[in-house]
Amino acid sequence: MSTHQSDTQQQQATAYWKENLRLIAGYLVVWFLASYGAGILFVDQLNEIRFFGFKLGFWFAQQGSIYTFLILIIMYARSMNKLDEKYDVHE
Amino acid sequence: MDVQVLTYLFVGASFALYIGIAIWSRAGSTKEFYVAGGGVPPMANGMATAADWMSAASFISMAGLLAYLGYDGSVYLMGWTGGYLLLAMLLAPYLRKFGKFTVPDFVGDRYYSNVARTVAVICVIFVSFTYVAGQMRGVGIVFSRFLEVDINMGVIIGMAIVFVYSVMGGMKGITYTQVAQYCVLIVAYLVPAIFLSIMMTGHILPQTGLGATAVVDGADSGQFILDRLDGLLTELGFGEYTEGKKATIDVFFITAALMCGTAGLPHVIVRFFTVPKVRDARISAGYALFFIALLYTTAPAIGVFARTNIIESVNEVAYKDAPAWFHNWEATGLIAWVDKNGDGKIQMRGGAPFVGKPIFAGGTLEGGEVKGQWGERTVTNALTDNASEVYVDRDILVLANPEIGNLPGWVIALMAAGGVAAALSTAAGLLLVIASAISHDLVKKTINPNISEKAELNVARLAQAVAILVAGYFGINPPGFVAQVVAFAFGLAAASFFPVIIMGIFYKRMNREGAIAGMVVGLVFTFSYIVYTKFINPDPSIWWFGISPEGIGSLGMILNFVVAFAVSRFTPPPPAEIQALVESIRIPRGAGEAIDH
Repeated sequence: MSTHQSDTQQQQATAYWKENLRLIAGYLVVWFLASYGAGILFVDQLNEIRFFGFKLGFWFAQQGSIYTFLILIIMYARSMNKLDEKYDVHE
Repeated sequence: MDVQVLTYLFVGASFALYIGIAIWSRAGSTKEFYVAGGGVPPMANGMATAADWMSAASFISMAGLLAYLGYDGSVYLMGWTGGYLLLAMLLAPYLRKFGKFTVPDFVGDRYYSNVARTVAVICVIFVSFTYVAGQMRGVGIVFSRFLEVDINMGVIIGMAIVFVYSVMGGMKGITYTQVAQYCVLIVAYLVPAIFLSIMMTGHILPQTGLGATAVVDGADSGQFILDRLDGLLTELGFGEYTEGKKATIDVFFITAALMCGTAGLPHVIVRFFTVPKVRDARISAGYALFFIALLYTTAPAIGVFARTNIIESVNEVAYKDAPAWFHNWEATGLIAWVDKNGDGKIQMRGGAPFVGKPIFAGGTLEGGEVKGQWGERTVTNALTDNASEVYVDRDILVLANPEIGNLPGWVIALMAAGGVAAALSTAAGLLLVIASAISHDLVKKTINPNISEKAELNVARLAQAVAILVAGYFGINPPGFVAQVVAFAFGLAAASFFPVIIMGIFYKRMNREGAIAGMVVGLVFTFSYIVYTKFINPDPSIWWFGISPEGIGSLGMILNFVVAFAVSRFTPPPPAEIQALVESIRIPRGAGEAIDH
């Protein structure tokens, strides 16, 4: 393998990793807001709002946060599959 | 058919299934024994992870815990699910790419040190054993309640079953039995929940039933079920169900400790070594969470339905007219009643009726026990001075649900099979992690690197067998601290493994010295705080920043990160080949199957 080729690969790998980190940061923000935010820190404020028979903060703490986690994992797995192809690092 | 016969039938059939799978999936190599040959499809792995993850405690105790804690129980719901996103994004894909067999394997290789590996092995054994003893006890309890055998006999039967399929099949046998066990346990959990939901709210889905109006006549009709429970509880002097009593900072720290602990638990992490590809590792965390969420979003509904149900069917009812389940569970000692005001009626009120768990006068059931004025079993505990008269053990909520809701006999039999499946699957997964830490990390990688594969496989089987015996011993003679320590396994995992693995992947400059210092400080700090605040000086007013021992693992984790970072700045960077290793695990290509080495 020539040095040039290996350099390009190196750059690709670095760019891939940076984009991955950006994705992770974004998803972690939503993860934090849905659980620690809505379910814990702001639960009293959200409990003033009704969502069907639930107080909204309580719903987030016992139901909503779990649904959010699930959606986030599926979205992350899909974005990463695309990213793997884009940078040609897939298996 | 009689409930007892049905129960034997259901549990017996499920055992036959597990043994059949074990014979079909015998392990022939160490790779099959440790990581099921690295060929488990992601969806099957998700189910196996869910069964591995959801223990007897999740199945039997969680809804009861939620029913009594109300909003405060949310820490368990969020804490035991939120970690899967961390696994999917921060750990699983990279550890799969790394492609070895165990967690200490990663720690030892990434930090180029057998000291780090040995520290990791000790953490694994410590965390897993505290956990597994509770599981064996859970098997015993389920057996004794449903099959009417002695608790110890139940533990021995459970040990024998686990022995057959885990020693024979290793990870391969365990994985495919766990898939079957998941199916059994989730059906057993959902069926009574759906019955209850229809009965109480008219909704088929417990998840929406929880937000629906209660099916009742009279003044309460048209009221939301949660509002109704809040009202009932407030009237009786308990706190509101939907409001918390714990300090916000404590809720925050406990949730964080459980989430990061989940992501750091060796028996969970190792499951992601078994899938064929890196992309499978990511999505199989998603499958795992989906299968777990089916139970975890149902549990809060069961908690609310059961709490409402119990209050309505027991409160202010004369003891002699109390429903049959009340007397059945009183006979097992999990319900107790003291008639403080002498009116012969059962009063449910806020606060504990007496100090501690019930101690019945006259000892055992058979041994001449003392009956009170109304025929109730007399307790000798010191009474409290509130109006509360009933003790209901939290653990019976789920198991008693079918009886409380008057569900058909086969539902009760199904619950028994489900409870056994939950306990067995988790125990098997934990025991495998212990066995592989000993045979692979200690014997093969540290003591005798020249050992042949066949000999290593035999050591693994032997270690597995010994681990089962030790776990069984603890199940029969549970040391008082075990039950309390189980919850702390998470804090310890969060304070030790989680930071070390994260930094190993995301911070290339992290070196041997930093990792070992971080792990030791995190573990020692968390362990000392727990021991001190829980056993030596159990006084909440001395808690640092108001953080309970359950939540302290989060602080231990922060300490671990800080110490590791600081130490690594003052010590030499890791060698070039380790830095190259870190770069290679960040890229999916070239993972192949889990490699022997």
